[in-house]
Amino acid sequence: MSNCCSTETLEIPIEPRTPGKIRTVALVGPPNSGKSTLFNRLTGLRQKVANYPGVTVEQHVGKLSGIGRSDLMLIDLPGIYSLDSYSEDARVAVDVLHGRMPGTPEPDAVLLVLDSLHLNRQLMLAASILSLHLPTLILLNMSDLMETRGGEVDTLVLAQELGAPVAKISASRGTGLDAIAHFLDRKSEPDVPRNTGRLELPVVGNARSYRQWATGISTRTKYKAPLSSEWTRKLDRLLLHRIFGPFLFLAVVITVFQVVFSIGQPLSDGFGDLLNSAGDKIGTFLGHGWIESLLIDGVWKGVASVLVFLPQILLLFLFIGILEDSGYLARAALIADRVMRSIGLNGKAFIPLLSAYACAVPAIMATRTIENKRDRFATILVAPFMTCSARLPIYLLMIAAFVPNKPIIGDFFGMRAAVMLSLYLLGFLAALATARLLKSSILKTSSAPFILELPQYRLPTLRSLSLRVFDRGKVFLKQAGTIILSVTVVLWILSHVPFHSSLPESVIGRIGHWIEPVIRPLGFNWKIGIGLLSSIAAREVIVGTLGTLYGADPATHSLGLQAALRHDLTLGGAMALVVFFAFAMQCTSTLAIVRRETNSWKWPALQFAYMSALAYVAALATNLLITHLFL
Amino acid sequence: MSFVDTLDLPDEVGHHLMHMGFVPDARVVVIRRAPAGDPTVYAVDGFEIALRRETAQSIKVRPVEEGS
Repeated sequence: MSNCCSTETLEIPIEPRTPGKIRTVALVGPPNSGKSTLFNRLTGLRQKVANYPGVTVEQHVGKLSGIGRSDLMLIDLPGIYSLDSYSEDARVAVDVLHGRMPGTPEPDAVLLVLDSLHLNRQLMLAASILSLHLPTLILLNMSDLMETRGGEVDTLVLAQELGAPVAKISASRGTGLDAIAHFLDRKSEPDVPRNTGRLELPVVGNARSYRQWATGISTRTKYKAPLSSEWTRKLDRLLLHRIFGPFLFLAVVITVFQVVFSIGQPLSDGFGDLLNSAGDKIGTFLGHGWIESLLIDGVWKGVASVLVFLPQILLLFLFIGILEDSGYLARAALIADRVMRSIGLNGKAFIPLLSAYACAVPAIMATRTIENKRDRFATILVAPFMTCSARLPIYLLMIAAFVPNKPIIGDFFGMRAAVMLSLYLLGFLAALATARLLKSSILKTSSAPFILELPQYRLPTLRSLSLRVFDRGKVFLKQAGTIILSVTVVLWILSHVPFHSSLPESVIGRIGHWIEPVIRPLGFNWKIGIGLLSSIAAREVIVGTLGTLYGADPATHSLGLQAALRHDLTLGGAMALVVFFAFAMQCTSTLAIVRRETNSWKWPALQFAYMSALAYVAALATNLLITHLFL
Repeated sequence: MSFVDTLDLPDEVGHHLMHMGFVPDARVVVIRRAPAGDPTVYAVDGFEIALRRETAQSIKVRPVEEGS
């Protein structure tokens, strides 16, 4: 995907390191210390996101252009409380700092970010970082807040105690960052001695000893903790109130969905129309021929079928970003925990699963806030069962064609609405049952408990929100885009070979015929078979394929397509088809993202097999049930 | 209000909790319970941390004595 920043690639230095010369700087800090804000400040849009090899921990790398040192590379390490390898994050941090991470150069200097509002605890991390004896600059973040709230600390004494320079900064305001440039300039010159081992550090690995060490330093530096923000307590009194809390939570959730569907949907539709008409225009330039068909019907339409979800996906990322940056996400997890634990997950899974009602892609990417790996994987595996918006076109088509609009409760709630609601419920129940199944078998919870830190409320900044949306959007386009492109090209070839054949005569048509015996028990014919094959790229593609097969343009001849379907399928087969779509994993984008987030093909393969099997059995049961009930 | 006494948890978990502030002799205050009654939010070391009952039960505390 082309964007403003892909031209500038980040080079990992290959020449041997000269001692004392700095090329690579590591950014370290505990969670909620403002480390990401600082990273974004220092690197701006020029950052590269990838997974560390072999693990699911994300690596952010960028050039230090924010302080005019584009020659230096900054590596953002995961937020950690200590270097003891309790978590995958900590192991990654240790490996990177020791230069043992393949593909990541050994850092020559460390920027350690500590939240100056809670220096007591944050100093515990300093002990383990300083014991590495790398040139380290200690950054006391949010020092502006600390001072306005009456906190103080003697930075000179702190620097002496730690044997490392200390600077007060504010990452959100961008103040005090000169100190970083100074530090790096000084350390870039050769012959600057590294920290010697004279420093008195606590016993490695002993939390109590770390703690005593940190307390000693706080006392000697006359650290006075600032008053905690009145705001946070006051807001929590309301937002976590026994009665108002859940109500406000519900209000937040409904607002998010209202906006995603009432603004996101029309945006997506408009964007889709734009892409299609652009495709047609380009097509007329190319003339008629197989190249035009490959480029327009294959590549362009395939990519457009993914791109149309971009507005919705970006909007969801924006909301998740606002919830996370403001600190409300942790409160939502606290409120939802009781419900989520009954299905074996924890409260942090709630917002991701909820987002999956719009699209599983941002939902799966949002599971990164779940620290427990097993819980996180379980959430990733059940998310695609939630009724996403790509299922709606086929649901609406089949319901309109087969379900009479008889009122059940007055005019508000009819048969059609009831079927639609049942389909939503069906996906939800499948997610629930699958979560329980996973948590009692392959993803049984380890001893890791659910620990939730409630950060102070903050006003999200436009800067960090837009960077986040941009960054997540880029990951989605890169991951889903490349796979979608190949899948759509393969599908186009299969449906156009041999040349000058119609769809039923093509390879894909033959496969459709060939699998007919397998899908006939579900009440499907070969046309539905072709539709199912073509929708492996994306669920909504089936509507267009059926339109082509039945010789009707779904956009203009929707009624014609409905009539043709009624003529060709039984009620059992039609309902079996929507049930199939409720369960089946007909979404290449999701598979691509699951692969990225779990860092292995094993999980998406398992997910695809499980969901397809479930879809088959459920569709078969639906067809048999309806056929026997109505005959 | 009470003081943390011992952590009756597997080493790894105990360790993690200690790094989050639940070290012996740290002062712990119950702030509030989640609307559903569980988890509970505790203030420790200037931070607010929520724990489920099952985890909190493994952290033994002693009350703050009168006058101390």
